[in-house]
Amino acid sequence: MIRLVLVSAALMLLLAVTVVAAHLPLGPAKPWIAYGIAFAKATLILWFFMEMRSEGATARLAMVAAGVWLLMMLTLTAADYLTRSWIGG
Amino acid sequence: MSDAALDIDRPDEEVEDISYLRAGHSLGSWFLTTDHKRIAILYLVSITFFFLIGGVAAALIRLDLLTPAGDLMTNEGYNRAFSLHGIIMVWFFLIPSIPNTIGNFIIPLMIGARDLAFPRLNLLSWYIYIVAGFITLAVVLGGGVDTGWTFYTPLSTMYANGMVVATVVAVFISGFSTILTGINFIVTIHKLRAPGMTWSRLPLFIWSHYAVSIIFVLATPVLAITLILVAAERLFGIGVFDPALGGDPLLFQHLFWFYSHPAVYIMVLPAMGVISELITSAAHKRIFGYWFVAIASIAIAVIGFLVWGHHMFVSGQSIYASAFFSFLSIAVAVPSAIKVYNWTATLYKGDIMIDAPLLFAMGFIGLFVAGGLTGLMLAMLAIDVHVHDTYFVVAHFHYIMVGGTVTAFFGALHYWWPKITGRLYNETLARIAAVVILVGFNLTFFPQFMLGYEGMPRRYHVYPPEFQLLQVFSSAGAALLAVGYAMPTFYLLWSLRRGPRAPANPWGATGLEWTTSSPPPKHNFTQQPVVVRGPYYYPLEHPASRANA
Amino acid sequence: MPEQRALHEPFHQPARQREADRLGMIVFLASEAMLFGGLFAAAMALRLLHPVEYVAASGHLKLWLGTANTAILLTSSLMAAVAVEAARSGSPRLAGWSLGSAIILALLFLGIKGYEYLGEYREGLVPGLANAHFGTRTQQLFMNFYFVSTGLHGVHVMVGIGLLGVSALSRAAREDRAAVLIGNAALYWHLVDIIWLFLYPTLYLPGVS
Repeated sequence: MIRLVLVSAALMLLLAVTVVAAHLPLGPAKPWIAYGIAFAKATLILWFFMEMRSEGATARLAMVAAGVWLLMMLTLTAADYLTRSWIGG
Repeated sequence: MSDAALDIDRPDEEVEDISYLRAGHSLGSWFLTTDHKRIAILYLVSITFFFLIGGVAAALIRLDLLTPAGDLMTNEGYNRAFSLHGIIMVWFFLIPSIPNTIGNFIIPLMIGARDLAFPRLNLLSWYIYIVAGFITLAVVLGGGVDTGWTFYTPLSTMYANGMVVATVVAVFISGFSTILTGINFIVTIHKLRAPGMTWSRLPLFIWSHYAVSIIFVLATPVLAITLILVAAERLFGIGVFDPALGGDPLLFQHLFWFYSHPAVYIMVLPAMGVISELITSAAHKRIFGYWFVAIASIAIAVIGFLVWGHHMFVSGQSIYASAFFSFLSIAVAVPSAIKVYNWTATLYKGDIMIDAPLLFAMGFIGLFVAGGLTGLMLAMLAIDVHVHDTYFVVAHFHYIMVGGTVTAFFGALHYWWPKITGRLYNETLARIAAVVILVGFNLTFFPQFMLGYEGMPRRYHVYPPEFQLLQVFSSAGAALLAVGYAMPTFYLLWSLRRGPRAPANPWGATGLEWTTSSPPPKHNFTQQPVVVRGPYYYPLEHPASRANA
Repeated sequence: MPEQRALHEPFHQPARQREADRLGMIVFLASEAMLFGGLFAAAMALRLLHPVEYVAASGHLKLWLGTANTAILLTSSLMAAVAVEAARSGSPRLAGWSLGSAIILALLFLGIKGYEYLGEYREGLVPGLANAHFGTRTQQLFMNFYFVSTGLHGVHVMVGIGLLGVSALSRAAREDRAAVLIGNAALYWHLVDIIWLFLYPTLYLPGVS
């Protein structure tokens, strides 16, 4: 129970950090920081609230698979949008 | 709290010996059943019905293409016929075909379980499929849809004048049926294997269904969200796919093919699982390279997600992305080729029994190789630009989906028919049907490779007269193919009444499903099976192992 | 849900049945993540196509409402996690109260969301309505995307409220020391929370300057 409350406090702290970071002039790093913090929050929830720390390998694998598959979709889609203007405009 | 008291195996006396077909005759005993075997039968009847509807659409298309002028249908009517054919065949026949009929029936039997992990969810997924099917039929009666099965934007969102939203809703709903089946298979394979059934002892049919379940679960929701966006675009003009608002039509293609390319592997992976069973059983040999075949299934499921861009080479996609997708598409041929080599090597020096299932399996291998090699051609950027959206592509994917999956489906149906129904069919007729299907298929689709290579684009029903000869060959082949597909309907149904009763193991095959009676009892096994060795164990690998045939 | 603790077909052992129920939910959540994955891919594409206008359009959303809602969902998730531990340690009353507060926070989330929609309606930012007016076409596209994604998330919040409600009302679920039903409802609820955690930097944060 104490652990859950501590995790929750960490989540709130991360929320505060992300709001502050959004106001700083960080340029192109801004979205990376914002999504990085979101990822950190999601990891805390997965590990403690969703109890991945005590789950078996199969359940962990299912969650990791969802992450990896999302990454595949986003990376390869971005590969198109980022390189479309390289030639021919 | 009383877990400790319950924590013992169920006593065996509550298991009845009565066959699942005889356990209840009322309508309720079928339509409210949670028995995976009965649900498999429900699926079998429903997909056969949709195969018939999709087949009628195909027949109309082939009739119309007999003459260059396209005399039978209007342009609009032709567009609706091929859209209907694609939508029904892909989502209402091919995707549920092997997993939901044969897989549903055989998976629990193969791993020594009493049922799938979530029997009520299994029934629910059939009902969801039926609801989606009824909406599709309503669309057909209401005039159909003319977008093709791919729903490309902006055609589907701005120009198409058919019942696009209703069709999209039907496909969306059918996706839930697929996802639930995938969850059910994954959990079943993880949690319900019989004692001793380790992962290295799983039949390859199970491995390929595990791989396909991964695709079910991870790809189908992407189709769902894409279709939501298409419907929202058409109803409210949200603009995500509309350049007028700064959206991008290519985004639709990215999302659609992220699902629909893996969907091709949804169709072919279960077929590959079937072939591994058919080949080993017919050759009475251990599979050559078990782990290579098993891991190849998983590799196909993963790499299959990385190749979708090869559908977009001429769409305006970045050529750098295209080059990368081209490379990955060629890579996915490796695990497929491994499987073909290993099936062939399994037959080498085998004690081969040339029955109908083997004929179907051999047909599968030949057609799959032809479809796969032309797929490699299409993965090459330079070639694809020339043959994109021609009959070459149509022929290629029919070699995989029809030549591959449908042939394997018929092979599986013949191989497990004695187990499912407890009856033996007429072997001679079955062999004739297998040959008729093989000849009819090639006569239908080989000319389409030639048509496409010479430049005949797909989805046109008016074409230059010089293409007529090949088109007539193709239509003639389609007629022969229809005869081939109709034949099993007759002799299989006939066997239900008049066929001799099947023994438990008519093929002398290994696998737990052949250790129980034909048809199996309601709870599959009279005693909990215990597995002591790997699959495909033919100790003598000579005719004596056929003793109880 | 009286059958929660009962052994049903095809299982032999209650432990295995519980593992299967939980694994089924987790695999389903992987599927849900991919559903929203399509939306995130769309957002990424729109942002890469129109980097400047996307950020400008995001600036019209109310950051403090989005942030408050993030904090509310995080706390609601905590309550769901507490409910699971309470049920496991044999405190059905605490489990019931925690689920109840998780539900109240979820309703508060929906209320704030509704208030936010109302404000956007007043500012003429709801596409398709008579008073709608946008600075750029990308802003219209962004607002469309905003309503689709938060709307779909809102539907998931309602389903989550339903699941939490069913487990809060069922005495058997609260007294189940294995917390099968409460555990699965909480798992679903955490995923709804995680999806919001990524919608927040996608919709609200880019526009902050």
